[in-house]
Amino acid sequence: MSMNRREFIKIAGLSSILGIGGVTGVTALKNSVEASQVSKNPEALTAKRWAMVVDMSKFASEEDFQPCIDACHRVHNVPHVTDNPKHEVKWMWPETYEHAFPGNEDEYRAEKYQHMPFLMLCNHCENPPCVRVCPTQATFKRKSDGIVMMDMHRCIGCRFCMAGCPYGARSFNYKNPRPFIDESKENPEFPTRMKGVVEKCTLCYERLAKGLEPACVEAAKEVAVKKGTTPGLIFGDLEDPASEVRKILSERFTIRRKPELGTSPSVYYII
Amino acid sequence: MLEKAIYGGRRYWVWVCFLLSLIGVGFLAYLYQFQNGLGVTGMSRDVSWGLYIGQFTFLVGVAASGVMVVLPYYLHDYKKFARLTILGEFLAIAAVIMCMLFIFVDLGQPLRVLNVILHPTPNSVMFYDMLVLSGYLFLNLLIGWTVLGAERKEVAPPKWVKPLIILSIAWAPSIHTVTAFLYAGIPGRHFWLTAILAARFLASAFAGGPALLIILAMIVRKYTKFDPGKEAIQTLGKIVTYCMLINVFFLGLELFTAFYSQIPGHMHAFQYLYAGLHGHSQLVPIMWLSSILAVIAIALLVFPQIRKNESLLAVACAATFFSLWIDKGFGLVIGGFVPNPFEKITEYWPTLPEALITLAVWAIGFLVLTILYKIAVSVKEDVVFDKYGERQIKAE
Repeated sequence: MSMNRREFIKIAGLSSILGIGGVTGVTALKNSVEASQVSKNPEALTAKRWAMVVDMSKFASEEDFQPCIDACHRVHNVPHVTDNPKHEVKWMWPETYEHAFPGNEDEYRAEKYQHMPFLMLCNHCENPPCVRVCPTQATFKRKSDGIVMMDMHRCIGCRFCMAGCPYGARSFNYKNPRPFIDESKENPEFPTRMKGVVEKCTLCYERLAKGLEPACVEAAKEVAVKKGTTPGLIFGDLEDPASEVRKILSERFTIRRKPELGTSPSVYYII
Repeated sequence: MLEKAIYGGRRYWVWVCFLLSLIGVGFLAYLYQFQNGLGVTGMSRDVSWGLYIGQFTFLVGVAASGVMVVLPYYLHDYKKFARLTILGEFLAIAAVIMCMLFIFVDLGQPLRVLNVILHPTPNSVMFYDMLVLSGYLFLNLLIGWTVLGAERKEVAPPKWVKPLIILSIAWAPSIHTVTAFLYAGIPGRHFWLTAILAARFLASAFAGGPALLIILAMIVRKYTKFDPGKEAIQTLGKIVTYCMLINVFFLGLELFTAFYSQIPGHMHAFQYLYAGLHGHSQLVPIMWLSSILAVIAIALLVFPQIRKNESLLAVACAATFFSLWIDKGFGLVIGGFVPNPFEKITEYWPTLPEALITLAVWAIGFLVLTILYKIAVSVKEDVVFDKYGERQIKAE
């Protein structure tokens, strides 16, 4: 088949227009597919900056705080490493005052404060050093609500974030965590981890997306109902002046861990 | 030139085989670690970096110290270092390779190492460390190889290499500064959070690196026909002396700030390392060993009459090297993690697999160094130098 120059240009021009159109069409289709995949559940809990208040008057003994820890570790398949304390993995745990707030010790402070079980968890700092030091953005601050997230599939296990975190909130999987998860209690909806990655509290982002409060907050509510009090963990939006968290902060004296480091933690304690 | 590495005497091959066997054992230990995770090491939730990162930190210093011979020769035209520069550059290459390997063996997910390049993160100091280390390796390989190649062909090195040499001189302090910034910018680790850390790193590097280079030059002189020069070694000895004194002075500054201010957080790590804290004192003996070695080294180095005796200089250099190796390759990293953010103490000591892997990485470094030095020495043995160390005519 012979073709003169004019015909060739016509066909070439037409096919390139079709080509561009085709690509645009495919892109539009792809966008709509992706958009439908990530479109938010209308029930999802949202905030500009999530925060938590720990009311220590509600945590007198183990039966008050242990359900919160158990709920957290169960829904996130946190391995219960028992054979070597050096390899411990924990997202939430208790510490006494002198360890939770080092540098603020006072030997004459009343006994009852010295032995309070302060619940420790990731502070979801406004200015998180762990995010600053991570070389792969495997840990990052979510812009929408300030949660310090963890991508365990991207983490290379360099543990720079563990050196960077001034709160000791991060755990490393020194060995395969799966044998240390009780299979009968395993939550199939949350992934288990592999060895060699760092993990920590992610403020139950997966539950928030479904409209559920964090597991520890829910557990604290159950404890409160049983005891006929108000819950010891209060969760809400720090940037919403009408939120419960803000109401408490405007009325009660609260403290945060190591505020002098400029990280601006989002976890507050009422003593 | 690489072919020169495959011609060697019996002693050469015995040494190479010895290194290969260490590498083989370490490789098996690494497979064990790869299979079972970093739990096979002594590291923990509280002391999350250990011997590997300590060795990495120390060796970045050794790599950077190559500049201590390159700078006087190329910027000040100090001709006595002419024969030594190639040894300094090749030592830097071996050291950078060891640095990279130590980072690699420390990773929990080594197969994901390329994520650092796939997801470049300019706010992480680790990102810059990767850039400056690979850049420095490239510069030293290119410069060393080109200059040596020109020497072999008995021609002047090409002109384009001079700007690269100047660049490498500026580059050398950057690698160790960036490495110090890995530590010095972390809030809440009082032991590392000090503005003088990078300066301390450079001082200890410029003492420890040249100390090793002196020992290497003496070995090269003993076993080959190539002599890096008595005066060159003496000048390097002076550099070691000054830098070791500056290093100890900087450590003294740290101690003053901590103990005169009496701020507990600033004192804790020093107390743990040198006296023990709350009954935990595992590192006290080796930290004192490091201090005693430093005192011995300085006592031998400061007196020119002693320093001029080459066997005493060798003893002083060995003492300097091991003192700094303990202080920076071990104490510095562990001290930063003790006590932990809860002011509790978890101690650290390397395990056998960890030690074997560490030994193997050193063996790889020494293998690279042996091959590079073999090539350099083979080229140099064919060349005759005048009293200034300048190449003259080819020997018959």
